[in-house]
Amino acid sequence: MNYLPNILFAIALVIGIGYFVRNVQKLIRNIKLGKDVDVSDNKSQRLKNMINIALGQSKMVRRPIAGFLHVIVYVGFVIINIEVLEIIIDGLFGTHRIFSGIGNLYGVLIGSFEILAVLVLISVVVFWARRNIIKIKRFWNSEMTSWPKNDANYILYFEMVLMSLFLIMNATDTSFQTMDSGNIISQYIAPWFSGLSENSLHLLERTAWWIHILGILVFLNYLYFSKHLHILLAFPNTYYASTKPKGQLDNLESVTKEVMLMMDPNADPFAAPQETDTDEEVPEKFGASDVTDLNWTQLLSAYTCTECGRCTSSCPANLTGKKLSPRKIMMDTRDRLEEVGKNIDANKGEFNNDGKQLLGDYITKEELWACTTCNACVEECPVSISPLSIIMDMRRYLVMEESAAPTELNNMMTNIENNGAPWPYNQMDRLNWKDE
Amino acid sequence: MNLKVPTMAECIAEGRQPEILFWVGSAGSYDDRAKKITKAFVKLLNTANIDFAVLGTEESCTGDAAKRAGNEFLFQMQAVTNIEILNAYEVKKIVTACPHSFNTLKNEYPSLGGNYEVFHHTQYLHQLIKDGRLKITTNPFKDKRITFHDPCYLGRANEVYEAPRELLKELGVELVEMKRNKRTALCCGAGGAQMFKEPERGDKDVNVLRTEDALQTNAEVIATGCPYCNTMMTDGVKFKEKETDVKVLDVAELLAADNQDL
Repeated sequence: MNYLPNILFAIALVIGIGYFVRNVQKLIRNIKLGKDVDVSDNKSQRLKNMINIALGQSKMVRRPIAGFLHVIVYVGFVIINIEVLEIIIDGLFGTHRIFSGIGNLYGVLIGSFEILAVLVLISVVVFWARRNIIKIKRFWNSEMTSWPKNDANYILYFEMVLMSLFLIMNATDTSFQTMDSGNIISQYIAPWFSGLSENSLHLLERTAWWIHILGILVFLNYLYFSKHLHILLAFPNTYYASTKPKGQLDNLESVTKEVMLMMDPNADPFAAPQETDTDEEVPEKFGASDVTDLNWTQLLSAYTCTECGRCTSSCPANLTGKKLSPRKIMMDTRDRLEEVGKNIDANKGEFNNDGKQLLGDYITKEELWACTTCNACVEECPVSISPLSIIMDMRRYLVMEESAAPTELNNMMTNIENNGAPWPYNQMDRLNWKDE
Repeated sequence: MNLKVPTMAECIAEGRQPEILFWVGSAGSYDDRAKKITKAFVKLLNTANIDFAVLGTEESCTGDAAKRAGNEFLFQMQAVTNIEILNAYEVKKIVTACPHSFNTLKNEYPSLGGNYEVFHHTQYLHQLIKDGRLKITTNPFKDKRITFHDPCYLGRANEVYEAPRELLKELGVELVEMKRNKRTALCCGAGGAQMFKEPERGDKDVNVLRTEDALQTNAEVIATGCPYCNTMMTDGVKFKEKETDVKVLDVAELLAADNQDL
């Protein structure tokens, strides 16, 4: 007879989780558009990095205020979600606070959730103020307009509403208040509603309960469209990030093959190219002009970026007014990847050339050439993203595929080729300093 | 000043293998300011009686600037050529006064067949002092206010922050840190091949911003450990018209000043 709420709940749950899973699959598909890269090395170091940096938030707290507040929201969010388990069981089976039978522990749990909810609420309000009232510079760079700016605020509003609903739901739950265990915070909110009849109180409790759980499902599905995806992707991203010294750039293997052949005195300079099975095999492109030329860990990073701007706020080029912003490099990569993904969806699984690419349509040469490769952005990123690796891959494309380096750099490279030094000096003069 | 600078070719002709190879680098070989750093370092090596050698005219650019400009071909050609020579001389240990050479030799040569133990000169000098092979007696920089600018390719790139500072402490200087130091240090603006091109349009040059960081410390000397940083900071100090009050010196030059009478 009265199974309607249970059925509605089950439907909401299936739709909420189903749509999320569908988008996660799309996300994985998009990330796999990147080139393969070997990340099977240093497993224990990678695990350690993930535990320290993602789980342990070690790089977040380098900026103490933001770091401290973030840890509260992070811990609060994870722990309060234990409550969601109870909500789901209650919703599906029509029970009420199914875990309350476990005795005192229940009070302790809900009590700590309530305290955390208040702390999260305070932190989120401070976060909002930092963005919108104090206007901290890194939240107001040129790439932080329209959607990125709104997205950040929406997340904060979501959290404010969810935390408030949780507290209201507890405060208006007469049986829970009568239990008088675990209502550490909500007992002070309950009196606000003391004028209400038992029926309206119950209605209010049900409403808060429903909006709370529906809100959580909506928020879950919001992730895919938002920078908030970092709460999930920070873990794989810190695991797959480079474990090499920051100064080490990879040596392109495709180039090594050709260089070794050039240096091999036994190589036949007139040899015909080897016949391959696939005659129309396209020679590998050097560097990257579009997202599909990047490797999948770089694409994963693009989705992981939470646009905090610590990279940009420490970038020497950006600090001196150049166009380059490492954060924008990541956002552009993500936006282009999304565009490619949608193109594939719209064309039955095949990418239909749209005449656009990451280089030029999103990231300009001016930005790429402004980088000093100083690694400040890599050092700062709290989730181990390397905007530098993308900048380098795009420079490689510019130089090796398009010969489009600035003139002075072409001169420098000609000097290295001819004289073995970036300046036009004779190699035979290399030791002259000794006698000067 | 009579410097002893044997080449690898001479050593092999005499039938001996030197203890360590000093990689001078292009800046250290040709740039007038950087040559002084090279000589200061050699003076210290001579003082400590280190059995070292240089490649001399057989040395060629490591390819760092080409690689960071995006020219992987040119980089690997340079690397393979250098590795062929280094391996022919059976070089095992390398010291260099240039963090760019240091990073490239240490991190990017191994996968192309060049495996060496590579030191930045501040690491090597610090080791020499710890081992008692190099002694600091009196020096003109004692109690002077000095700040250290971390070169990106020594600091963040390879996490060497302490060796140069330890050397400054050996000199008994008053070491003052800039507000951005060690892993948060600001670049001088020369890395990633920027040394060889005009900067992109902006409202300031990076070296000027970094020089402002340094000037805020009221230091008399900006010490560093990279020929490119040295050029950039020297230009920055000139831009700020502070060249009479503030000197830009390599850590090796500060140490060598102690051994001036030699």
